[in-house]
Amino acid sequence: MSAETPDRARHDPRATPDAGHGERVGVYVCHCGHNIANTVAVEEVAEWAGTQPNVVVARDYKFMCSSLGQELIEQDIQQLGLNRIVVAACSPHMHEKTFRSACQRAGLNPYLFEMANIREMGSWATDDREAATQKAKAQVKGAVDRAVRQQPLEPLYVDINPNTLVVGGGIAGLTAALELANAGYHVYLVERDSSIGGHMAKLDKTFPTLDCAACILTPKMVDVANHPNITLMTWSEVISVHGYVGNFTVRVRKKARYIKEDLCTGCGTCVEKCPVRIIDQNFEVGLGYRKAVYRNFPQAVPKYPVIDTANCTFFQRGKCRACEIVCPTDAIDFNQKDAIVDLEVGNIILATGYEQFDARRVPQYGYGRLANVFTSMEFERMVNAAGPTAGRVVLRDGVTVPKRVGIIHCVGSRDKNHHEYCSRACCMAALKFAHLVHERVPEAEVFNFYIDIRASGKHYEEFYHRVLSEGAHFIRGRVAEVTDAARGPGEEGQLIIQVEDTLIGKQRRIPVDMVILMAGMESRKDARQVAALFGLGCDYDGWFTERHAKLDPVVTMTEGILVAGACQGPKAIPESVAQGSAAAARVAGMIGQRVMKMEPVRASIDAASCSGCRICNNLCPYHAITFHEDRKVSEVITALCQGCGACVAACPSAAISGVHFTRDQVLAQIEGILWDARQPEVLWLEPQ
Amino acid sequence: MENEFQPIIVGFLCNWCSYRAADLAGTARVHYAPTMRPIRVMCTARVEPEFVLKALREGADGVLIAGCHPGECHYVEGNIKALRRFTLLKAMLRQFGVEDERVQLVWAAASEGKQLAEAVDRMTEQLRALGPLRWRQRVLGEQPVARHAVEVEVGGD
Amino acid sequence: MERNAGAYHTSLMAVAAQLGVEFAEVDDWNCCGATEFIAVNRLRAYALVSRNLALAARQTAGSNGAAKGQLVAPCSACYLNLSKVEHYLSESPALASDVNQALAAGGLSYEPGSLRVRHLLDVMVNDVGYEKVAARVRRPLHGLRVAPYYGCLVVRPGFQERFDDPEYPTSLDRLMRTLGATVVDFPLKAHCCGGHMTQISRDVALELIRRLLKNAADYQADMIVTLCPMCQLNLDAFQESVNGLFGTEYRIPILFFTQLMGLAFGLSPTAVGIGKEFIDARPALAKIGAAAPAAAGAAPRRKPRRGDQSLPLPQMPEEEV
Repeated sequence: MSAETPDRARHDPRATPDAGHGERVGVYVCHCGHNIANTVAVEEVAEWAGTQPNVVVARDYKFMCSSLGQELIEQDIQQLGLNRIVVAACSPHMHEKTFRSACQRAGLNPYLFEMANIREMGSWATDDREAATQKAKAQVKGAVDRAVRQQPLEPLYVDINPNTLVVGGGIAGLTAALELANAGYHVYLVERDSSIGGHMAKLDKTFPTLDCAACILTPKMVDVANHPNITLMTWSEVISVHGYVGNFTVRVRKKARYIKEDLCTGCGTCVEKCPVRIIDQNFEVGLGYRKAVYRNFPQAVPKYPVIDTANCTFFQRGKCRACEIVCPTDAIDFNQKDAIVDLEVGNIILATGYEQFDARRVPQYGYGRLANVFTSMEFERMVNAAGPTAGRVVLRDGVTVPKRVGIIHCVGSRDKNHHEYCSRACCMAALKFAHLVHERVPEAEVFNFYIDIRASGKHYEEFYHRVLSEGAHFIRGRVAEVTDAARGPGEEGQLIIQVEDTLIGKQRRIPVDMVILMAGMESRKDARQVAALFGLGCDYDGWFTERHAKLDPVVTMTEGILVAGACQGPKAIPESVAQGSAAAARVAGMIGQRVMKMEPVRASIDAASCSGCRICNNLCPYHAITFHEDRKVSEVITALCQGCGACVAACPSAAISGVHFTRDQVLAQIEGILWDARQPEVLWLEPQ
Repeated sequence: MENEFQPIIVGFLCNWCSYRAADLAGTARVHYAPTMRPIRVMCTARVEPEFVLKALREGADGVLIAGCHPGECHYVEGNIKALRRFTLLKAMLRQFGVEDERVQLVWAAASEGKQLAEAVDRMTEQLRALGPLRWRQRVLGEQPVARHAVEVEVGGD
Repeated sequence: MERNAGAYHTSLMAVAAQLGVEFAEVDDWNCCGATEFIAVNRLRAYALVSRNLALAARQTAGSNGAAKGQLVAPCSACYLNLSKVEHYLSESPALASDVNQALAAGGLSYEPGSLRVRHLLDVMVNDVGYEKVAARVRRPLHGLRVAPYYGCLVVRPGFQERFDDPEYPTSLDRLMRTLGATVVDFPLKAHCCGGHMTQISRDVALELIRRLLKNAADYQADMIVTLCPMCQLNLDAFQESVNGLFGTEYRIPILFFTQLMGLAFGLSPTAVGIGKEFIDARPALAKIGAAAPAAAGAAPRRKPRRGDQSLPLPQMPEEEV
């Protein structure tokens, strides 16, 4: 230790009597610069701690987490024979690992360490110096009394299955799958729809480069289909998940396509000849048609169609069978059944994406009543060269070209009545639409009705300026209504957008031919069920909860379950790709380790004390407790146990102990924390 | 504030939500009554009724149990198990004549530092109005006697 | 109501008898102050409204056990005033105390929160319910194109319980559909009729009325059905003035929804007060029974006609009848 270390030993170690358990505790009270020391009298706390039973040495120091601070601990362990360490400083969520490592380096089991949180739950939460110091002493005493009863523990090691499950075949899922597959690991990609590609496959151009979405997406889709390390399962859904990180068993239902994949060549003759034509609510978002046997789009991956039994004449009425007749390879199989497949994987990446906000919920914008009001996704399909209008911008009659187009931002987003959040990608998509209208209909006038223009990515702001220079009009105001009730001859036959132009402070009525509603992003309707299925959490809006919004966005609180893409929150393609890669990297890192270290905080049942009442059996959310019929005792399967303690608290015989949070330890901590309330100067006489 | 009664509350906070919420309150410098002394458990499901009774007996004026919102428990449903135990415990405490405000169960998500701080402040005010619990006298009927007085008596036998 | 909206009263009583609902008139009720008094003297205006609340509370006390008494207003302005003042009294003890001081002079008092203020339409669609109404229909209004008009007050602002969407209400539409009429969903159905502007700034009011009539006519409505006497008066009594000022030729009858209910229940036009309106309703009513309603819902399998390039419209939720 260097000469300038200002360490102050508060107690002569040779003089301390070992009271009670015979443990030798070292207490370290951190100043954390001014953060703690300004409010808590740290020297006083250290000095006081040194007088407590079992405490051999008590020091205070400016920055315990620094290398010098940690060396203090290590030296004391070695020189003073300490076997328990208490650090009173910040939150264990900050530095528990740091100090545990210090203990380990000095040869002390890291689980013989306890922290007292006197910063976040002390000096930072109050100005009252006296109370904060008193509370700090209580926390230190509680920690000391608990530490004295702690036992050395060894972490568990579980093997990591190198296979990974990716749920969702949109851009995030495809990226994650390809990254892992290219790294040499096997991936199962399960997609609910009949083709991968997700929402991105519906787009025409992507902002701000105006790259064709299909051109950048389809090569990835083909890569996934051909990759030797990827097992692609489309038209499939996960129905159950069991196990724990490194060892998940996932049951997948492969729905029947009624097409034999080994025979189908993807020629599309069945689709051509099918006599049933219905509106495609899924891929064409209600703007176009498909057949009862169909592929989402011509470049669908895989190329096999599926039969929509709800609309197929054969399945509904037993007639037709045209597809079967014309198929050149006899690939139609009306008797095909769903298949159930069990997968063994080590990690699961959820990339299930989002849904578009239903614009019918904002009736004043007329979607569904007024024919020429479109949603953003409908417009995407319209401008798509492979879409229902072959890329022509036209009104609902399919013929008339609009001369004036109004684009309304924030439909369903930034709205107390629907969703308060911003959907992040729609401003740029709206600018893209404005540009595309100018391109396809050079004489058209475009009006954007916005609250703010959110152009925060690379080259986004420049794109905004480009659209401005193309002559798009921007009116800052929330649209009150879209109506066809004309007030005068100039408004007849058009849709009127009534809006307050906040920059000039006037109400305006803008007649247009076509209105595009930038409908926001919403979590999928079944997001909560999916979250429950995989054992992760959702926030109030249904987006999956990451471990830390800033520093750990692709991992969830559940080990082995990761999230990527829009299912974690509204975002556009670049962010989804980044998260897909990040999730893959994290998984690859885990697989590379081959084994995973698990916290040893687990429950265990003392068979001798167990009376076989089985109260604990049903309490475990992880089904980690089994009952031995022969011996009539319950047992915890250590690998499955996650350490919640529900069974420990419930056992009427106190036969279950939860290591590191044992009854004795917690009771001692309670006593310690109430050191100043226990009135040791009195005796208590029982009532007469 | 000098002679005002400062209640002592023992708080059982679950590692994933409420402990982080309390951390967040501190990080955000949200000040609240320094009356709550925290004990970290992995899940509120670990909180046994015995812990609560022990705290009250050892001099706490109140106990606060804080867990994740229903539906958000890291261990799926631990908070619901805690709620069941809490309800039964409260029925028992009522029979002892212990006021309702002394043992409380609240939900606090990891982002709800301010709300948790407000809950502690509210509880502190309620306990301040109720005064010290004095479990040993009120519930157990024990009488405190100065230790040295007894020793002298015993010694003089 | 008997004097200024006689048809509303007659038809309401007739329909209520059919449905087995009892409405008791508030004893010694007074004017609610409409829209003007509040601009003159706020406290007096609130006291005026509170007198009605006090009378109604007294009259309904004890009749329904522990449940709150219900005060039903068929007129939208009365409804808004009553629910607004009830809400303000509950929010501000100071105001409640001042108002009660005023009421005390008349031997009355009102405890905020003792009444539920409802609009008549709310009671019809929620308390009576569409099924009960449907069960009473003897003579469905098939063939009649009815434009339901809500006026601007009934759904916004929502002080007590908001019973329909403020941007796009549909309860009256659904009620008309239950009676078998063809509902004309016109965009200005919740826009202002001008209210008392007919007295204050006539041309402004006439323009507002003109817009409503034009919109209903553009959507080929045979008649407009309302739920507020003021709206009915403006649209009906001033229709000729509109025609005179703007050179239009509107002849759209304006009826109360209770009148259509009565007709659908099989009552005679006279029994529901038809014949007193300015624009005669009888020619429009002659259309009833002429045509059966079109089959509900569009089948998903529509083979578009050859050469038809039109794009499909979004699916709307199924209409409930």
